[in-house]
Amino acid sequence: MSNRLPKKERKMRKQPVSDRRAFLLSAARAVGLAAMGGLVWSAYVDEVRASELLLRPPGALKEEEFLRTCIKCGMCVEACPYDTLMLAKPGDQKPLGTPYFIPRDIPCYMCTDIPCVPVCPSGALDMESVSTDDVLDINRADMGLAVIDHESCIAFWGIQCDACYRACPLLDVAITVEYEKNARTGKHAFLKPVVHADACTGCGLCEHACVTEKAAIFVLPREVAMGRAGTHYIKGWDTKDEQRLEGASSKTTTTEISKKSAVDSLNDVGDLY
Amino acid sequence: MKHLYDKYRFLFLRRVTQMGLLMLYMTGSYWGWTFLTGNLSSSSILGLIPLSDPYAVLQMVAAGAVLSTNLLIGAAIIVLFYMVIGGRAFCSWVCPVNMITDAANYLRRAFDFDKIQKKQPASRHIRYWIIGLSLMISSAFGVAAFEFISPVSMVHRGIIFGLGFGWAAMLVIFLFDLFVLKNGWCGHICPIGGCYSLIGRFSIFRVHHNEAHCTLCMKCKVVCPESQVLHMIGKTSIAVLSGECTNCGRCVEVCDDDALEFSIRKLLEASTSQPLKENIS
Repeated sequence: MSNRLPKKERKMRKQPVSDRRAFLLSAARAVGLAAMGGLVWSAYVDEVRASELLLRPPGALKEEEFLRTCIKCGMCVEACPYDTLMLAKPGDQKPLGTPYFIPRDIPCYMCTDIPCVPVCPSGALDMESVSTDDVLDINRADMGLAVIDHESCIAFWGIQCDACYRACPLLDVAITVEYEKNARTGKHAFLKPVVHADACTGCGLCEHACVTEKAAIFVLPREVAMGRAGTHYIKGWDTKDEQRLEGASSKTTTTEISKKSAVDSLNDVGDLY
Repeated sequence: MKHLYDKYRFLFLRRVTQMGLLMLYMTGSYWGWTFLTGNLSSSSILGLIPLSDPYAVLQMVAAGAVLSTNLLIGAAIIVLFYMVIGGRAFCSWVCPVNMITDAANYLRRAFDFDKIQKKQPASRHIRYWIIGLSLMISSAFGVAAFEFISPVSMVHRGIIFGLGFGWAAMLVIFLFDLFVLKNGWCGHICPIGGCYSLIGRFSIFRVHHNEAHCTLCMKCKVVCPESQVLHMIGKTSIAVLSGECTNCGRCVEVCDDDALEFSIRKLLEASTSQPLKENIS
């Protein structure tokens, strides 16, 4: 009824703002705040999740699964007898509270009883992945892959050094030394270390032992260190790899070529002038 | 002495519990004792009994993690425990951030900030919104979202495993509670407290108000970090039933008239609505 009043009179009367409007406003404010907070929060979570250059304890699930499953309790850190493992602190620029290690400081010493894995309450460190026939086997660990920088490794200069080779817990398996003639002197040999990806556990004892100022051999997460040839390359000389061809079918596509338009295109000299 | 005991007995016990638990966790980290290992996210008593933060587990569910039975049992133990002794007893008896926010609160009262900022401009329901938001972000990004930013875990983990920039989180919470919002972190924002509030709805251990003894001095409301739960003061003799009560016992201590006390909740509430009027002369 009040709408029917003359305009002047309507203005004079101070009407209280309706409850509905107040409710809508407070609801909109809450939604707005939630959206803003949610955006900042998601941006941070997404950013922090993307850090891929860190090494996880033995038996860790794949990084994505690991981040989802690790509850950040630090029991693996407490179990580690060498203080290798650390929990990411604010300021470390790593997913907060998750365990990692820096092998140049303290590598994984590959305890045969792997104390860090069975204590994990969440299964983010998976016992099965570091066991052979239900017996813990640290040699199955896959924390990363050692990579050698040929430029700074002094063995590649011709200076004799086998520090990484000697430090490797899988001696002569994960790292081998290959001999090669040193053409520069004509009478010496290079003793070049070579890492074998199928055996390397990524423990980092080689990186720890490396004598150069900044390690010339270092461990990277496998995802970072390795390339991928793609499924369409098949090693024809490898019977196992060739089995992938079984049951494969080929598909030929034919596209009809219009002769007329090709000839027209050649005869059309209009563009030349 | 008697006065000190009467007025600070729960506060003293709470500090002993908070510090004691921190110490036990630290012995696990620094000396390898196994009595209590891990941290507030997940821990283990003697390597046998698992304990897990139900809110962290909930976020992991939202993130789509495959939960181990260990975590499920641990979370169930914690939920059942706090269902009995009061959900937010975690906040006032265990959580290390409580000491920071209590300090801010104390200074607030000492400097009369509460008399200047009489109205607090924020809702105490923010914490429940944050729970919802954290579950949404957890499921969108496949990680437990609040665990990446939780100042509570930052502080607790920091004390046990090394602080890093965690002190900044402590400082920010302190300043926020001191200058910006009374009971800001613990009473408005923290979703862990929100989660325990929901668990605590069903808890058995409660503060009871005896209206007949009350002289309306309101000391309890001044000191209470969740003063909205004390809506019955001077009105009716009932128990504090809100899950947001932290069972800190400060109201019981400061009351000079024996109008508040801890007791077991009467599960079949029937006779509480009748106040005992005869004591008033």
